[in-house]
Amino acid sequence: MKAAVVVFPGSNCDRDLAVAFEQAGFDVTMVWHKESALPEGVDIVGVPGGFSYGDYLRCGAIAAQSPICQAIVGHAERGGYALGVCNGFQILTETGLLPGALLRNAGLKYICRNVGLKVATADSVFTQGYTAGDEVTVPIAHHDGNYFADAHVIEALQAEDRVAFTYSDNPNGSAADIAGILSENRRVLGMMPHPERAADDGHGGTDGKAMFRALADIMANA
Amino acid sequence: MKARVHVMLKNGVLDPQGEAVRHALGALGFDKVEGVRQGKVIDLDLAEDATEADVTAMCEKLLANTVIESFSIEMQ
Repeated sequence: MKAAVVVFPGSNCDRDLAVAFEQAGFDVTMVWHKESALPEGVDIVGVPGGFSYGDYLRCGAIAAQSPICQAIVGHAERGGYALGVCNGFQILTETGLLPGALLRNAGLKYICRNVGLKVATADSVFTQGYTAGDEVTVPIAHHDGNYFADAHVIEALQAEDRVAFTYSDNPNGSAADIAGILSENRRVLGMMPHPERAADDGHGGTDGKAMFRALADIMANA
Repeated sequence: MKARVHVMLKNGVLDPQGEAVRHALGALGFDKVEGVRQGKVIDLDLAEDATEADVTAMCEKLLANTVIESFSIEMQ
């Protein structure tokens, strides 16, 4: 089973994400943003956190126009899996693969700390290692994590059980406490918290590990 | 040819930066400020045959995120 992790100028969680995939048993290829195709046979693409293109214009806006993002959109449209974390989530919303946008945190401050997340659905390859209603502890590190979408989009996300994680104590003003959402086919997950930073004993917490383990279980048997 | 694009958060989208500026103005004693919205101005140098339709396409594709932002264009 193969994972690809995209690297943009300004990515800074690319290696962490790659290590989390590797520790779960994936063969990981790092893919530079100027590539126009993903490596052959990739099961899942990781879009990492960081400050792609210095967050110029809007977070993720320039990265979303890069050649590799066209390949990621094609991969997702063919039913491929993708995980966008933090800046990766922002990029996936800018490509249109996920609805909504991430605004400046309501309190205007960059926030870097562990937060409690509620697993809102276990019905996805990403969250099937948890039980709906579980509370997990995962770090956030962002300035623009305030999830926004029109009221009818939020209602649709909730009605279709596409909210993957909510904040137990909303740190950034996100609509409906949303921390992560799934695509319509449930194969693309975008989330602001960093599961790859809670995937090793050395991180001080391992609540993110179940996500990578569940992905590996599914893809090993695919 | 030149164009100036204004990009603003849509009405109804919280603008915490604008709010912070409003509070700061209030703290300085400017007590007549009832609201502040902060946006972006983008100046484009364009080829002579560029049209407003070209700039609209640029706004929709990249310069604004129409989920949260509205834009207006001045051709100069």
